[in-house]
Amino acid sequence: MAETGFWSGYALPFLLILGYILAIVVPLLISVAFVTYFERKIFGLMQIRKGPNVVGPFGLLQPFADGLKMLMKETIVPAGANRNLFLLAPIITFTLGMIGWAVIPFDEHLVLADINVGILYLFAISSLGVYGIIIAGWASNSKYAFLGALRSAAQMVSYEVSIGFVLVTVLLCAGSLNLSEIVLAQTELWYFIPLAPMFIIFFISALAETNRTPFDLPEAEGELVAGYQVEYSSLAFTLFMLGEYANILLMSGLCVILFLGGWLAPFDIEPFTWLPGIVWFFLKTAVVMFLFTWTRATFPRYRYDQLMRLGWKVFLPISLAWVVITAGALHVFGWMP
Amino acid sequence: MSERFIDNYTINFGPQHPAAHGVLRLVLEMDGEIVERADPHIGLLHRGTEKLIEHKTFLQSVPYFDRLDYSCPINQEHAFALAVESLLDCEVPKRAQYIRVLFSEIGRIGNHLLNLSAMALDVGAMTPYFYGFDEREELMQFQERASGARLHSAYIRPGGVAIDIPDQLLKDIYTWNNRFPKFIDDFEGLLTENRIFKQRTVDVAPVTAEDALDWGFTGPMLRAAGVVWDLRKNQPYEVYNELDFDIPVGKTGDCYERYLVRVQEMRQCVRIINQCIEKIPDGPIKVDDNKIAPPKREEMKKSMEALIHHFKLYTEGYHVPAGEVYRCVEAPKGEFGVYLVTDGSNKPYRCKIRAPGFAHLQAMDYTSRGTMLADTVANLASMDIVFGEIDR
Repeated sequence: MAETGFWSGYALPFLLILGYILAIVVPLLISVAFVTYFERKIFGLMQIRKGPNVVGPFGLLQPFADGLKMLMKETIVPAGANRNLFLLAPIITFTLGMIGWAVIPFDEHLVLADINVGILYLFAISSLGVYGIIIAGWASNSKYAFLGALRSAAQMVSYEVSIGFVLVTVLLCAGSLNLSEIVLAQTELWYFIPLAPMFIIFFISALAETNRTPFDLPEAEGELVAGYQVEYSSLAFTLFMLGEYANILLMSGLCVILFLGGWLAPFDIEPFTWLPGIVWFFLKTAVVMFLFTWTRATFPRYRYDQLMRLGWKVFLPISLAWVVITAGALHVFGWMP
Repeated sequence: MSERFIDNYTINFGPQHPAAHGVLRLVLEMDGEIVERADPHIGLLHRGTEKLIEHKTFLQSVPYFDRLDYSCPINQEHAFALAVESLLDCEVPKRAQYIRVLFSEIGRIGNHLLNLSAMALDVGAMTPYFYGFDEREELMQFQERASGARLHSAYIRPGGVAIDIPDQLLKDIYTWNNRFPKFIDDFEGLLTENRIFKQRTVDVAPVTAEDALDWGFTGPMLRAAGVVWDLRKNQPYEVYNELDFDIPVGKTGDCYERYLVRVQEMRQCVRIINQCIEKIPDGPIKVDDNKIAPPKREEMKKSMEALIHHFKLYTEGYHVPAGEVYRCVEAPKGEFGVYLVTDGSNKPYRCKIRAPGFAHLQAMDYTSRGTMLADTVANLASMDIVFGEIDR
């Protein structure tokens, strides 16, 4: 066995991984900042107004102005709150929003951790997301926050089930839990064509999973003021926002990987292949992100019981049926990978 | 094991809450998401309007009516002007009557726009709010061009209206009015057939016709429950009996019907405004009695008598014969009435204001028992609560 020194054995790989992580997290945070900007711009266009246009050219510096403003604010911990948990909750949400990206392949071989259980890992991370919200709601010691957290827990659990079945269908078709291989399995045909209903269910469940309109009950402004975030200010609030938007981006990215062929160009011919895969990945993610924003600008909010009904009585049976149908079709026609 | 009594969860819905429509403090007793009891607390915007009016001359009281329901100020002034006029027993010129009806209907559209867009916002749809306010802004500008003030216009005064409107304003209102139905279509496109909107409002807080009458509902709330009652038709005032319009009536009285009734009322308003602009005659805009309405400014330069009248009107005001009267108008929210008792002096002895929102709000507990928290929001929004008039 070769002698491994401290430098070559531990320090260098560690620094290398740290570098990779920074290379993902920093662009991610910047994209989160600009996602908020584009979201507001899109709202502006849809609502016949201008959106942010004062800070910097076309208002491009608005997200940084917002970030700075949040940093300057005082962190308020309510008197009745459980201090440690109260501060832990945004950290959990933020961290979970970040670490999911470890397994996302941006291009062929361009992935931090090319593990064989990528989907399971992501599923676990997104399930853990509910803890940040529950802890926030409970530790705030506020009635609005508590109700918001309860709603959120119920909602995330319900929609996780149908997301689980959607993932099962996809991995049945791809024959792998590795995200890169799922993308490569779509070289012939992107999955949103044969699995169209599952694509729609996944998109809607992703809306619910990330607490976006029409499923934004945990923070329903008209009912619970801001739900679980109601007592948060300053950096803690910023962490929630960053985590939430990183999660939305993650869900959009997952949507692209599972159904829209990841980094693959739409057609494997000349003008399309000029763009590198990573650009295609970002473009597709931006399209899904736009769909998220579009729904938010258009739809009212569901009521709690209607949300539950949709999750358990509509999505669950349909996705379950599709798992069976897909598995049957794969078996009968011998398409099993 | 001993039995344990579990208290209901109480939530303070307001007075500082994005969906509380002003300063409503609604104490909700919740069993999970279900509302067991809703207890509206009022009085946080009480300004003592009725008492203040007792110490003001009749002309000075007009602006207080603007500040009652601040989403449709002109309709309130109208009720007060009618009450004072019937005590004074004076006949308002035709042109003034048309202008009053014209701006009452503009006020109605403005109010419904505000209410419907706020209702959309409360059930979670963001965009209609901006559309609605865009159009409302145009209406505000019409009011400004007529009276000089966007909101608190003090335009309809006992004896007529404050000043005449230019022809160009009528033309602009006409142009806007013919464009507006297209806007209503767009607005409805976002909400009326939207599945989620319907799920949130249909069969939420329904009120039967009988209950609506028992609770003293008026206006769209009553009509949504299926009662054909509109003061513009049933007790016509001004020139409403010369105009051709329909009264939209609902069936079930739920939030969705209230929404639909208001949308259809806006369409009827468009008809009324068009007829007003077509039929409006030339002529004076206030009574030809300088004891009630101020003389023209040019007359004051020449006539000593006019100057004296002007001075007396704006210092002492006019004396109204002793008596009592109740006059009401169909304000956008319902029957807005003014009950005046006079003792022959230049101030009202007593002025009681009947605000439609008060009667609607008192049914809050009745309508929201057993509904969910989210329904309470939709219900409250569709009641069209404005605290200026409820607290007075």
